[in-house]
Amino acid sequence: MEKTVKFTIDGVEITAKAGQTIMQAADEAGIYIPRLCYMNELKPHGSCRVCTVMVNGNPQAACTQPVAEGTVVKSETEKIQASRRDIVDMLFVEGNHFCMVCEKSGNCELQAMAYRLGICAPKYPYLFPKLDVDGSHPDIFIDRNRCILCGRCVEASQDIDGKGVFEFVGRGQEKRVAVNAEAKLADTNMEVTDKAADVCPVGAIIKKRVGFAVPVGERLYDKEPIGSDIERKKNGKT
Amino acid sequence: MSDAKLKRVIIEPVTRVEGHGKVSLLLDEQNQVKQARLHIVEFRGFERFVQGRPFWEVPVLVQRLCGICPVSHHLAAAKAMDRIVGGENLTPTAEKMRRLMHYGQTFQSHVLHFFHLVSPDLLFGFDADPAIRNVIGVAQKFPELAVQGVMMRKYGQEIIKATAGKKIHGTGAIPGGINKNLSIAERDELLKDIDQMVEWARSALKIAKDYTTENLEKIAPFGSFDSNHLSIVRKDGCLDLYDGNLRAIDAEGNKIIDQVDPQDYMEHIAEEVKPWSYMKFPFIKSVGPENGWCRVGPLARINTCDFIDTPEAEKERQEFMALTKGKPNNITMAYHWTRMIETLHSIEKIKELLHDKDLQGTDLVVKGERREETVAIIEAPRGTLYHHYKVDKNDQVTMANLIVSTTSNNEPMNRAVQKVAQDHLSGVEITEGLLNHIEVAIRAYDPCLSCATHAMGKMPLIISLFDHKGNLVDQRAK
Repeated sequence: MEKTVKFTIDGVEITAKAGQTIMQAADEAGIYIPRLCYMNELKPHGSCRVCTVMVNGNPQAACTQPVAEGTVVKSETEKIQASRRDIVDMLFVEGNHFCMVCEKSGNCELQAMAYRLGICAPKYPYLFPKLDVDGSHPDIFIDRNRCILCGRCVEASQDIDGKGVFEFVGRGQEKRVAVNAEAKLADTNMEVTDKAADVCPVGAIIKKRVGFAVPVGERLYDKEPIGSDIERKKNGKT
Repeated sequence: MSDAKLKRVIIEPVTRVEGHGKVSLLLDEQNQVKQARLHIVEFRGFERFVQGRPFWEVPVLVQRLCGICPVSHHLAAAKAMDRIVGGENLTPTAEKMRRLMHYGQTFQSHVLHFFHLVSPDLLFGFDADPAIRNVIGVAQKFPELAVQGVMMRKYGQEIIKATAGKKIHGTGAIPGGINKNLSIAERDELLKDIDQMVEWARSALKIAKDYTTENLEKIAPFGSFDSNHLSIVRKDGCLDLYDGNLRAIDAEGNKIIDQVDPQDYMEHIAEEVKPWSYMKFPFIKSVGPENGWCRVGPLARINTCDFIDTPEAEKERQEFMALTKGKPNNITMAYHWTRMIETLHSIEKIKELLHDKDLQGTDLVVKGERREETVAIIEAPRGTLYHHYKVDKNDQVTMANLIVSTTSNNEPMNRAVQKVAQDHLSGVEITEGLLNHIEVAIRAYDPCLSCATHAMGKMPLIISLFDHKGNLVDQRAK
């Protein structure tokens, strides 16, 4: 019989499988912990810190922290939510995110997260960094203005596509996603069918000529807030 | 007389228009108007920052130029991008959805202008007390009319929402087509109020018509002058706000250009730059910059077209043209009458389209042979709108040129300002009411000086009076 572990999230008792992360256990229990870099099919790396929870009073990334018997996890406290708002807020001002003309609007996880967390406008000053676009590939367009450096494309290309098309370069504010070629994406072996073309949470890596094909009202987060799919599991149980 | 002896009066900003501009008047020592100019003092830069963007983003991006008629830019850019993807022969559903969107927009924009911006001048008089000469004053004295204005505008906005997804800055038109059809539920909702809207459009037209004919002696010369008129028309000469070829006529009605394919516009139209305005001055090349400028917008369209393909609007057009015995009408204040003819035409078209089953079709997008350069022309509520783009092999825009309606009306508005200033302000003590005469002439063109709007009821007019040495003598603000 599989070994189980009992712990609580915001006072709700959860029975998890040993070896699961807090995020996995919470998802199965229908408790949504906000996240941006985490993606089910990819190896978690705890880089965005949006999923930070307090584990026995210490901050930990829920996507990488394994469950442990008897731990007390806090997620939806005002303090943690405020930190999440700050992180998302900073992601907005560190890029050039013009939601009103972005084709990812309505399907964008960053935008949806901001709505879920109640961010109406950034409180930090915009940095307006000078970032470039890469239209060289026949089927894929890169707009680094919208990149939040979540690393999903880097990992998907490496671990799933086995290509290593993307990599991080630079440090701190200078950090960017670069392509594994002399200059442009067209010089890599990336294809539109690659997993890496499908994982961007924002509008930084998009498939060309799709644009605004889905009408307003029919987009993913027009219908329900981000995380609703996970929370439905809980509602289904009760 | 040297300029040093002149004094300057500034109207800044011009009120009850879309966006920001100012008027400067140069007066000599006898208060005779020596020069009058409308300056457009905004700079937007859309043509520059659209460069590098993927072409399919452009229809959604450029519409941010404006919050009043964004649909014009949305559709003009979409029509342009149709050609980039080789999809200019739209499916019936796509073309009719776009037309419905466009008529909805023309309806709401014309109504906004007539009821909210202009009616105070017509109902209370050009020099009435500014405390009542505003939209709130209209709502107090003529509540029924004010409600009609609000409800008609709402109806137009609902049509935009049903076709573009949102009332302002939607995403409906995409290169080669449209991203949605009209559901039965949306159609039935819109059909509920259609007859009321037609009725109100008729009565609004009657107000504009009666005002013009009853005050003809006063308003015929008001800010009026002979001019060329330009618009697109359908191949058979019919009024068409969504698509067609260029036609320009002179003040007598002689054709200067006719059935010019939008792709060839640069062979016929050029733009002149003047040092005192951020706005360019378009003109017809064969006539030259001095005399080649044209009026655009409702007055120009009714003058240039041979007929209208909706029965009530056509009857009204004939009545309008009878006033000038079939010759082009060059009365600036007649813009209001023609704007209301187009409002009636738009709602007739909307009614026709709502009963068309093609709107429930599911064939939404077509694509064909790729192109790298494209021009699209549409008749925006305020006049002929040109979008010209070049797109490289990476799908990125490398060049954009937009000639917006108000740019074409730049010279006509300046002429109107000059005429009113000379006729009404020369040699007399300048009052607020007289200065409003200048704004009345500008408002006739329904200029969209940019997308900015202003605080309702605030009327932020500043008038500065300078002596001939340039010293500030007096300043009044309200």
